[in-house]
Amino acid sequence: MAFTRTAAADPHRHLHAQAQWQPIELVFWAATLIPFFLFPKYLALASQIAIAALFALSLDLILGYAGIVSLGHAALFGVGAYTAGLLSTLGWGDPLLGLAAGAVAAGLLGYVTSFIIARFRHLALIMITLGLGQLIHEVANKASWLTGGSDGLQGVRIGPLLGRFPFDLYGYTAYAYSLVVLFVVFVFARRLVNSPFGLALRGIRENPVRMPAIGAPSPAHVRKIYTIAAAIAGMAGALLAQTTSTVSLGVLDFQRSADVLVMLILGGAGWLYGGIVGAIIFMVARDQFSGINPQLWYFWIGLLLVCVVMFLPNGVLGCLQLAAPWRSKAS
Amino acid sequence: MALGPIFGVLFDGFAYGMLLFLLSVGLSVTLGMMNFINLAHCAFAMLGGYVTVTLTNRFGWPFLATLPLAFCIAALVSVVFERLLYRRLYRAGELDQVLLTIGLAFMSVAVAAYVFGTVQQPVETPSFLRGSFSLLGVSVGAYRLFLIAMGLAIMLLLTLMVEYTRFGAQLRAAVDNQRMARGLGINVEGAFIIAFALGSGLAGLGGALAIEIVGLDHSFALAYLIYVLIVVSVGGLGSIGGSFVAASFLGISDMLGKYYLPELGAFLIYLVMIAILIWRPAGLLGRR
Repeated sequence: MAFTRTAAADPHRHLHAQAQWQPIELVFWAATLIPFFLFPKYLALASQIAIAALFALSLDLILGYAGIVSLGHAALFGVGAYTAGLLSTLGWGDPLLGLAAGAVAAGLLGYVTSFIIARFRHLALIMITLGLGQLIHEVANKASWLTGGSDGLQGVRIGPLLGRFPFDLYGYTAYAYSLVVLFVVFVFARRLVNSPFGLALRGIRENPVRMPAIGAPSPAHVRKIYTIAAAIAGMAGALLAQTTSTVSLGVLDFQRSADVLVMLILGGAGWLYGGIVGAIIFMVARDQFSGINPQLWYFWIGLLLVCVVMFLPNGVLGCLQLAAPWRSKAS
Repeated sequence: MALGPIFGVLFDGFAYGMLLFLLSVGLSVTLGMMNFINLAHCAFAMLGGYVTVTLTNRFGWPFLATLPLAFCIAALVSVVFERLLYRRLYRAGELDQVLLTIGLAFMSVAVAAYVFGTVQQPVETPSFLRGSFSLLGVSVGAYRLFLIAMGLAIMLLLTLMVEYTRFGAQLRAAVDNQRMARGLGINVEGAFIIAFALGSGLAGLGGALAIEIVGLDHSFALAYLIYVLIVVSVGGLGSIGGSFVAASFLGISDMLGKYYLPELGAFLIYLVMIAILIWRPAGLLGRR
């Protein structure tokens, strides 16, 4: 492709071209404001979707871009949620403070564990992420003096946003808050993946052996992106804790790690919009089918996974790839 | 002379370890051969469990007579899935394999809940396997003794098969170096199907034997998956001996933890697994 040749000749021009905002992207973000006017009843759901999308975006950065398969991503989400929740029980209920603290706590955990993550691939990596996720879950379960154990955290009280906007019952503040955080993080992630660093990550995903051979410090790259993704997952957790005013052990469940993986795969890993589109489809479907038995819901999720792997290897966005000029994954 | 409660705990732990061995040995072999990450392995175990429950409770079969059938049905169903779905993903990345098989595991959980409900399934074991007797002052559960005997017998049979039969030699060759084995004209695909069926059958047998110890409900396929994966990754891929060692170790340390350090819970197991994997990424007895 001519496209690739230019990229080889001038990576900066290629990155610059990739980083241009497409009209359809603007339409997409404008459309996220629709719930305020047309579906005010569903604002609570909309804020849940924005949080799930942020979480999926965080997984996309490590799985879709750097090729690190994680089955324990909920650990970072949960640490962010518990940090924000605990801060509020101690009297620091300011949402932005909680958000920052959640990001820092999860980022720190991510940074520490990234030294392990960067050394492994394949089955050992999957098992280690799974084991770390279960380990954190078990710690939160047993440390009931701190976390409330299986009863959940008691006494979460979140103050008004910016000191002016309290979290209302309808979810106006919650959705606006989640959406703004999602957008800001998205712009940051977009900047990140369209940088030379982003290209290096894709190199690691495509050929982990060759990258060190051409002199790229792969483990350092992996540690960096894992820490960033961890901080974003922590922010998503903090948002959930603040907008729902509850933190339970469910934030650390294996189920949550699996759900976010399903969302990302459904939307398309390796596209920044993949996680967001997947989160919208997944959460809306779950809301619509919440009447049916939750067991049956997992039957459909399972069937969906099988079908996506068999027939849609690049997710919904991969399917629309030809039609969509706003893909951000380099071919 | 009483040997003290520690031996009772060790005995129970070893019995539990044998159960884990039966559940995980098949996954270890298939993973070692094809590098195929089969997270639906425990779904075949659950199938074996439900076969036994249905036959004993609804058709009045004796418990022991249902065990061979649990083995055969789990093996047969697994081959159907292997031919229909798994076969296409042998060369795909680990992510696709994980997604496909976890999807199947989710579906199996939902189907089990739909067909059998979400309650624990009871099973009637024969009278000579119930109760316990005293051996050197240690109270020994008859069923646990039976479990250990089964585990050891199957370990022995598997070792003999792998070491001394033609099929075993092909299996070892395929695990060691799949391309070389193909180059020498070994039918790796064929050997793999047999190994896959055998492994799933053993999981089905393990699922049937597990009912008495850990119970059986619809979530079995996911609840025991983590234990099985720990055994496989700690023991080393493709290593029957490794699975045996890791399963015994895991069973015993789990029991010891439950008796003496209950506040730690499952914490210890995950910690030990991560430590072992960091120390030896290929597992204790793994060669790669």
